[in-house]
Amino acid sequence: MAARALLRVPQRAKRGEVIEIRALISHIMETGFRHSERGASIARDIITDFRCTYNGAEIFRARFYPAIAANPFITFTTIATESGTLRFEWSGDNEFTASESAAISVE
Amino acid sequence: MNRRIFVLALALTPWMRTARADAMHDAMSAVLKGATPREGRVKIDLPPLVENGNTVPFSVSVESPMTERDHVRSIHVFNEKNPQPNIGDFFLGPRAGRAAVSTRIRLADTQTVVALAQMSDGSWWSGSANVVVTIAACTETV
Repeated sequence: MAARALLRVPQRAKRGEVIEIRALISHIMETGFRHSERGASIARDIITDFRCTYNGAEIFRARFYPAIAANPFITFTTIATESGTLRFEWSGDNEFTASESAAISVE
Repeated sequence: MNRRIFVLALALTPWMRTARADAMHDAMSAVLKGATPREGRVKIDLPPLVENGNTVPFSVSVESPMTERDHVRSIHVFNEKNPQPNIGDFFLGPRAGRAAVSTRIRLADTQTVVALAQMSDGSWWSGSANVVVTIAACTETV
């Protein structure tokens, strides 16, 4: 299943400026604690890891648990250091992986 | 209610409550590895009253200059009454500029949410917030 990711990264920033980054990905985040009407338990299916790199260097990492709501949304900050690419990677249960990139130009 | 059952229920209630709080305590101990957190510097933003526990806006911020010498290394978020005590772990560093993370979380019940932050000098700080939940998340049938 192709997950849809939405990013909000400023296209332009001043060098040294603290920029806010938002990343959202479509995912059910099935907790593993729910049951069907017949009583069968529904297996866990969540994104467990999120990582953001800035020109290859890791700037933020998160570990998710079932208590993260469906379609995980995360906001964090970084200092605009140089022009380049921010890369976002998600991975999780059932060999789930997804990635997305955004360009930033720093003056 | 039959008197014997009533007494039994009364005896079990605090035990059930501590069992869940213990799960949070254990999860926190696993992260702290013997360290004792000091209260302060960590601020949680949660709505005080939540109608739907399936998606609750959550923010955590830590007072820190976020320099190479003095920054927040990680933030760990826990809850008291969901089926699992962990919510999320966030790893940052001086390049973050600010120690502030937001996401959306699930809450199964009215409870306390706790965040622990580790600083670059190894010290731990904590903050908490209470939240009232009217419709629970996590355990419903589909």
